[in-house]
Amino acid sequence: MLSESWIRRALCAAATTCVAAAFCILLVLVYLVLPLFTPGGLGAVFSWQWLPFQGQFGILPMVTGSLLLSLGALTLATPLAVGVSCFVQVLAPRRVKGLCLAMIHYMTSIPTVIYGFVSIFLLVPLMREWFDRGTGFSLLTAMIALTLLILPTIVLVFHATLREVDLTARTTCASLGFSRPSYIRHVLLPLSRRGLLAAVILGFGRAVGDTLISLMLAGNAPMVPGSPLDSIRTLTAHIGLVVATDSQSTFYHSVFASGLILFLIMILINLALRGLGRSYTS
Amino acid sequence: MTPGTRLRIADKATVVFCWAAAMGTGMAVLTVMGFLLYRGAGVLGPELFFGQTHWWEALTGARPVFGGLWPALAGTLLLVALSCAMAVPVGIAGGIYLAEYATPRFQGVAGFAVDLMAGIPSIVMGLFGFSMIVVLRHTFAPQAKTCLLLAAVCIALLILPYLVRTTQNALSGLPDHLRLLGPSLGFSTWRNIRHVLLPSAGRGVLGGVILAMGRAAEDTAVILLTGVVAQAFLPRSLWDKFEALPFRIYYLAAEHRTAGELDQAFGTALVLLTLTGLLFCLAFAVQRTMEKRWKV
Repeated sequence: MLSESWIRRALCAAATTCVAAAFCILLVLVYLVLPLFTPGGLGAVFSWQWLPFQGQFGILPMVTGSLLLSLGALTLATPLAVGVSCFVQVLAPRRVKGLCLAMIHYMTSIPTVIYGFVSIFLLVPLMREWFDRGTGFSLLTAMIALTLLILPTIVLVFHATLREVDLTARTTCASLGFSRPSYIRHVLLPLSRRGLLAAVILGFGRAVGDTLISLMLAGNAPMVPGSPLDSIRTLTAHIGLVVATDSQSTFYHSVFASGLILFLIMILINLALRGLGRSYTS
Repeated sequence: MTPGTRLRIADKATVVFCWAAAMGTGMAVLTVMGFLLYRGAGVLGPELFFGQTHWWEALTGARPVFGGLWPALAGTLLLVALSCAMAVPVGIAGGIYLAEYATPRFQGVAGFAVDLMAGIPSIVMGLFGFSMIVVLRHTFAPQAKTCLLLAAVCIALLILPYLVRTTQNALSGLPDHLRLLGPSLGFSTWRNIRHVLLPSAGRGVLGGVILAMGRAAEDTAVILLTGVVAQAFLPRSLWDKFEALPFRIYYLAAEHRTAGELDQAFGTALVLLTLTGLLFCLAFAVQRTMEKRWKV
């Protein structure tokens, strides 16, 4: 029979391992980026040209690509998520509500690679025909697919807030004679702004971190796009492409810099969520 | 326009918008699944899994499988089993500690680290694993290369935060009367956890584990950098390269040469979707019974 204090220590060790792992990953990334911090190195990576065979390793186009893609997907997904959440909480008939929630939960389990794969054969040809420009592998295509990926995250977090607000406000508003749609517009949404903000920040995190959709759909050209129909490359796709295909070690610095930028974005997101109040991941 | 009509129009617009959002999402999901079924269902069969090899010889590894997805399926299953073997005990133990023993201060710090880890993009986790190999090569293991074990470690790190969180949430979601039962009978903290709290929260924890398995099965970015390849057959050891379902889909989408290979890709996608879907339904069923039990 193990003694009480030993069990306690073992459990504590497990918890410490989790904490240590997070810091370990950060340390390794910082350590690998350190060689960059020379006068020439930093300028070489933080520049606008990615021409590795001419010695130019700028990743700013990828930073732009990542931000454009994530923000674009957010602008599509947020209104959609608000609509779905309000529908589920207020407007839907009971049966439809259950069905809808089950579907949203199910969406979280659809592999990213499936979205990418199906989009290649359904969405890309459509984009090519509709806009009659380029190959169809573009910022816009990836944006649409990414919207589907981050939608359940936003809906689930936002809906949790809506449910809480709804519990306290519904009866009062019903007795005041609010119709259900005006209740949504004038009471429910204003009261759950913080929840929406948290949901959007989490959705942004998922969008920035996604690799497969941008790798498969965005075309991967390392340039700043002039229109939504242009091809882009994200930081995540850049890491995947360089590590998987090239082996020259001079490229690697730009890859680790990309990894570190992504990690720092995640830290910022977590700090922002902390500032909003409670733990939203589970 | 009177304020009354304006209100009515705004109300109508709200209703229409909400319905459209929900229906649109539903349609999109159905389209994705329907398209896969339509294109993939036709190729489902023994040949999709084992190619021209006899199924028994394929299963036992007596003969390599060409053009079938058995090696990828086996690689994915191995990967899930290995990473869960590493992450599940640590994750559950860490979750128990955070829920029952930790001081609020430690809970805060650990909570931040766990949330942070949950947010790490999987490609960054892959990069972490890849750089481990680079470091090893430069120090005491010049032979080190990316392999099944490395991929499993990285995936374990990826699913660890989910396991910690679901365990912690399942335990702290238990009603107070249950929580006081053990101490009132004179149980020590651990005995209370072991005999009262864990059995009650068990289904919630189990549901989390199943969801984590789904996550391990679907992730592509991590394994992309840590040892997956397009053609590897069955891995003979932990130090071998391996194949996996999601990578096979990714690879075939870009590199298919014949219509047959494309059909294979659709079949593979359908198999992966079924696998993650089954795991999801299982987790849902398990967790639901737990919620029902403690809701009243």
